[in-house]
Order: sequence, then C-alpha cells, then structure tokens
Amino acid sequence: MTTATLEPAAEGVPAAIPFDSRADGQRLMRDWYTALAEAPARGQHVANVFVMGNAVEILRTFDFQLVFPEINSLQTGVRKASEEYLRLSEDYGMSPDVCSYVKADVGLILKEHQHPAGRIPKAHLAIASNMCSTFIKWAEIWERLLKTPTFVLDLPGQRAGNWQVRPGDAQHAADARWVEAQMRDLIERCETITGKRFDMDRLAEVEERVNRMVFHWNSVMALNRACPAPYNAMLDGLTYIGIMNVYRGTAEGVEFMRALEEQLKAKVARGEGRVAEERFRLLFSGTPCYVSMRRLVELFETWGGVFAYSDYLTFAAGGMDAGELVYDTSRPLESLAEVTALAAQRGLSNQFFAHERLEQQIRDYGVDGIVFHGIKSCRFVSSGMADTRDYLNKRLKVPSLYIESDLIDPRYWSDAQIKNRVDAFFESLHQRGGGAPLAKAAAAATGGAA
Amino acid sequence: MNTPVSRQDETDLDGLLEHCNALRLAPAPDADLLPEGFTGMLGHFPVYFPEEIAHAAGLLPVAVLGGGNRLELKHADARMGSFVCSICRSTTELGLNGSLAGLAGFVTHPICDAAKHLAGIWARNLPEQLSEILYLPQNVNTPSVVRYITAEYQRLRGDLERRTGRPIGDDALRRSIGIYNENRRLLRDLYALRRDEPWKLSCTESYLLTRARTRMPCEEHNALLEGALDAIRRRSLRAKDKPRVVFVGGFCEQPPVEMLEVIDDNCYVTDDDLLVGLRWLTTDVPEAGDPIWALAESFVERSAASPVQHDERKPKEAWLMRMITESRADGAILTAAKFCEPGLDEQVAWSKHLDGARVPYLVLEFEEKMTSFEQMAMQVETFAESLLFALA
Repeated sequence: MTTATLEPAAEGVPAAIPFDSRADGQRLMRDWYTALAEAPARGQHVANVFVMGNAVEILRTFDFQLVFPEINSLQTGVRKASEEYLRLSEDYGMSPDVCSYVKADVGLILKEHQHPAGRIPKAHLAIASNMCSTFIKWAEIWERLLKTPTFVLDLPGQRAGNWQVRPGDAQHAADARWVEAQMRDLIERCETITGKRFDMDRLAEVEERVNRMVFHWNSVMALNRACPAPYNAMLDGLTYIGIMNVYRGTAEGVEFMRALEEQLKAKVARGEGRVAEERFRLLFSGTPCYVSMRRLVELFETWGGVFAYSDYLTFAAGGMDAGELVYDTSRPLESLAEVTALAAQRGLSNQFFAHERLEQQIRDYGVDGIVFHGIKSCRFVSSGMADTRDYLNKRLKVPSLYIESDLIDPRYWSDAQIKNRVDAFFESLHQRGGGAPLAKAAAAATGGAA
Repeated sequence: MNTPVSRQDETDLDGLLEHCNALRLAPAPDADLLPEGFTGMLGHFPVYFPEEIAHAAGLLPVAVLGGGNRLELKHADARMGSFVCSICRSTTELGLNGSLAGLAGFVTHPICDAAKHLAGIWARNLPEQLSEILYLPQNVNTPSVVRYITAEYQRLRGDLERRTGRPIGDDALRRSIGIYNENRRLLRDLYALRRDEPWKLSCTESYLLTRARTRMPCEEHNALLEGALDAIRRRSLRAKDKPRVVFVGGFCEQPPVEMLEVIDDNCYVTDDDLLVGLRWLTTDVPEAGDPIWALAESFVERSAASPVQHDERKPKEAWLMRMITESRADGAILTAAKFCEPGLDEQVAWSKHLDGARVPYLVLEFEEKMTSFEQMAMQVETFAESLLFALA
C-alpha cells in the first residue's frame, strides 16, 4: 500500500464541488457516449479497442476517439436491454454457446449501431490483442461485416506456472522487442489512416498521465486491504475500472483517480466501510453478471459480506497493478513495449494460472472466502475456475462458493437458486466461526491476537 | 498404370487401417516401450506444434487429441465447467486419471482460452511434468514475426534440453526436418489422391492413416504411408454416384470416426481440415541454414489456415473457397465442435459467405463424445441427395 503524499487537485478543477465517485463516474461515462455519437460530425477518427492489451497510448497520440465494444455490450446489460441484442444476433445465426458480449455487439451492428446510450460510430481501425482469444474472432466479425481494418497485437503471455519474468531479463527483452516491432507497425498504419505524423512527445505526455492514473489506481486497490473495506470491488469497483479504461491517459482520468484515492483514504482514516458492519471479507473471481450485479452484491451485503478484491479489477483494468509498471517517458516507445509485455504476463495472461495470483491476494486482502463466478460465455476466466477452486480449497482451506450465470444474458440468471447458494455459503462461514474481521482489526490495532 | 491391387494387398491395407484405428483408440504409448532413439514423450495439444524440435531432442511427439467417445469422465466434470468443449475436458481427464503420466511434458498453444487454461490445470495437477504454453503469434503480418517465433522456439529448445539433459544440435534438427519434409510430401500425395480419385480412399481411411503419426515416430509413419499409398493407388474401385464435398471444422477437436463414416457413405470428401496441424507446413522446410529459423519462417510463409490463426493474407472464407475450387467440390460440410467458440463463430461466417457464393452447404455440430449418429446420417443423406439432384 502506498504511503506517498497525495498531489493537489489539478488546476481549474472546482474544489468546492464534493467528489462523488458514482455520480462523477456516471457523468464521465455519459460524456464519453456523447463524444462517441458526435465523433463523425467532428470528423474524428474512431478506433475499436478492448480492455486488455490495447495500445491506447499510441491511439491517443493520433486523436482517435476510442470505442470499447465490451463496455457497450455490458451497458446493454446494465440498462436491461441486452436480451433484444442477443436475440437479434442469435436469429442471425450466432450460437447460444459463444460470448454474449460478441453477440450483443453483432446485435448492435444489426440495429444499425443504435445503442441504448446513443449511436456508436463505425471504427476506422480495430485493435485486438491475443490476451482473450475471443477478441480476435470478434475483430474478424468487424472485418467481415463493416470492413474495419484490424490490427492484432500479439502479446507473449505467461508461459508456465511459477513463471518469473523481470524487467530487463533476456526473456522480457525478447518479448518487448516483438511488442515494440508491432507498435512501430501500428504507428505506420495509424499514420496512413489519419494522415498525421506520429508525435513521440505526445506519446510521452499520454504516458505521463497513465503513470499518474496507475499510481492512484494502485493506491485505490491497496486501500481495500483496510478493514473495513472502503468500497465493494464488484460494485463501486466496476465504476472505477470503467474510468480506468475509457479515460486512460487523459486529464479527466487522472483527476478522477486522484480524487477517488483522496476520498477513500479519508474514508479509511475515519474507519468507514462499504457496509455498516463488515462481517466477511470476500474475494470475487471472475467477471460480473451485469444484468444483476446490484442484486448479486445485495445478496452478499445483507450478510455483511464485502468483496474486498476481485481479479476482474486487475485484468479488466489493463493489468497494471502488479508493481514496477511505470513508463519511462524519456524513451516512450521502448518503455511502452516493455511495460505492455510485462503487464500482459503479470496482470492479464496470468489468468490461466489464476491460483498463483489468488493465493497472493487471499493473503494481501485477508479474505474469509472466495466467490467464483463461472460463466459460459467467458472461457477466459471460467475454463480453469473449478480446478483453481479445488486447488485452493485443498491447499489453503479457504471456503469458497461457485455460482454460474452470465455477463449480460438475463436468461442465465436464476435468482432463487443463487440466493439459496449464497445463504448456504454464509451459514457455513458462520459455522466455521468466521465473520468477525472488525474484531480482528481491533485486536491487531491494540497488538492483541484476533 | 499401376498394377491392380491383389486380394492379399487389400487384406494388408485393411490390416494397416485396423492398426491405425487401434492406435487412435489407445492412449499415449507406453513410456517403457519407446521406439529406439527416444528417451521420453512430449505431449502437445492441437493445432500446430513444431514436432521437429521434440523429435530432435529424442522425445517422441504425441499429439493429445482428447478422449474420443469411449472415455468416461470421472474427474474432469468437477474441474471444468460443462460449457467447455469436449476435447479440453477429456484431455483434462486423461491428465488426471493417469493416462498421460508417461509424458515428460505437455505443451499447449494460444488457440483459444480453454486451451490456454490446460497449462494451468497441468501446473496445478501434474507439476512433475514440463507444462507450458508455446506462444505462437496471432500476428504473423508484422515483419519481425519470424525473429519472435525463432526466440520462442529457442526457448522451447532450451526447456527440452534441460528436461532431457542433452543438447539438441543443429544437425539433429536438420535431420528431423528432413524426415518431416518426407512426411509432408507423403501427406500431400495422400490428399492429392483423394482429390483426384476419391473413390479409392475414403475420408475415414485417410484420417486414420494421417492420425497414426500422433502415436509413432515420423520415420515409421513415413514407411507406413509409403506402403499404404502404394496399395491405395492399385485399388481397383470404381467411382460411385456421390457428390464431392469439402469438410471443415476438424482442426482441433476430432469428430468421431462414425461421423466421418456417415459422410463417406453419402459423399466423396475431396478435401478437409482434419488434423490440419499435422499438415500445417504446406511445403518443405529448408534443410540448409539455421534450422530453428527455417521452422519459424515456415510457420509464417509455408502454412495452412485455420479458424484459430489470424492472418491478414488468408481470410478464412477465401481459404475455404480455395479448398472447394481446387478439390472440385460441389458443396461443403461446415462443422463445429460443441462449445468451440472459434469454430462456432467461423461456421456463421462460412455459411454467410457460401450463401453469397451460391455454394451448397450443410451445417453440423458435433462432439467427440457423441455416440448416436442416426439423425446426422439423415441430414447428410438429404444433403447429398439435394446435391446430386442439383447436379443432374
């Protein structure tokens, strides 16, 4: 957890208006959707990118308006409109067994890009990394249906268990060289598409802002190690990572993260938690069910259970909370490649060896149990989940719950069944004698045993 | 003109095919009965793996192709969600039930997310084995890609050297490349024969002959193919009134042999993507110069296509149309394994394209573990009849 002094509010930001992470986050997302709808009128070039491995820093130097199709898809779920989009794509021929984000996006294309939040512009370029294999298949759909030029950013991931890669070692150098070569290729393509020359100084400026965002973000993540946890990783945290992605490398993004850190620090200092009485600290592994996330969190919070950490906040925010991931702005392009290669292995593709990260986070966040959320349409997180659970159960004896639904498909949400399982999970936690982390914290503060 | 095949030769061919089928049904070879020159086995998952590197290391490459439709899942059901494809689930089962205990290692690839998770499952459950993801690139269009693949192959080479305790020399690699080049030539001959005289060799037979390589040294497979090709060429079978079709969707999970037989009963399959990873390099790998570089360059410049490999130069629809045109097919059978996300996505794209190109096609979904084929047989029969009617 960082102890660095908070920087002052950016110039021009009215200090009198209190920061409200939820309201401000929603306002920023609305502004983003407005900017999307107005991009064609402004004559702005548009790029489709994903949340994992996207080279946003380069795109920002070319003034691309960024579209995050995953966020568009999840927003159809949040706004309870996803089923219409899913059915449209299934009528078109998409299988019920593929990613529902992809299907919602195909539905969006079939609806002439009319999204519940506004009109989504067509992209001049799409970047798909190999971090989630579905990204590539998704981009191929745009190639076919919309003739969108696609650039696949291939990031060498974690190769094996106990994989140790350190900045500057031979393996990292080889991987970074490959990533840098691709970034140079991408820059040439961006120059061709936009007609603009690449500006290295602008890249350094964007990186500087990303560095500041990541600095605050890491602190925000670490603050939830406090007991009680100041926010719920799977409710408040979802707003935060939305800003981390959409506003990455922007002044607004820096200011949001700075204010958020300041607010959460104050909350921790006051001993305020997300819930009135935090009884169980939990770790959520997997992706949210955006159609019913508020309901799911409610099922846990009524028992005093708070999600202190979720691996979703790591991989879906770009994977840069693993430490040492700071751009050297004196050599922007090389550093971008180096950090991207490292983030890919420490924060993204290590999902395939999830037990390693979870084992660490169970300790770091002092959790009483893990909730695994398996979903059919996201094999990136779900395929190894049951085995990971089995491994952690045997090795660490941490209680866990496994539930299934979907990212945005309401047809897979079974309220009564999930409630029964959640209730049974908490009853078992009670029987194990868990559920008093506040007492543990008080004991720790006075030097006594919990 | 070839001398007609004798009854004895035909019996020999039948025996050979039965042997190939027995190899298909067996798990990995016995670690205590390895062929001469091999000190261990290296398992690898579809689609493509540079077997030459393992071969030169004295490790018998063993393609792990799932458990077919005779394996009962006793462990994997509890370790992988029901929404994961059959080949990943049954491969997990084979790992957990000890069937693959004789492997020195298991290598998987970034073809899909479920396949990548197999490396994690191996790391957690079979830590004594070398298990890893060989990060073959999904971007093969940026100029320095060969350099990257070379580095990745060198990393694999180093891992295998540490595992076996002996160096893999360039000469050994060149020798292995030569053996595999011969295999590539023989497999091209096999497919050319099916394209030109499909009545002499069914898709099922061709599949069994090809798949045999996954359980024996390549040099032994070369001898097997030489003998089989000779006997097949001399077969005196006459062409029947069947439509010519291309089969796609068999690049990773393998369709049951019974399903291929159903298709053979009604159609001549003049080209397919079954086990395309074993045929991934389409022409000879250079045998001079740096052998690792030659393999890496071949992955980029002399390679096939599949739904799990992005390549700007090879749109999948164009690749399918090329298969159809070059094998003079009348239609296509577009299959996908159940829960195979890349395959299911591709199936939609292929079918939309063939609609536009006015090429008749049949869409089928399969699972390696399926055991009932009556309904599928009816669909294939109807499709074949409609093709024949259109051709009449």
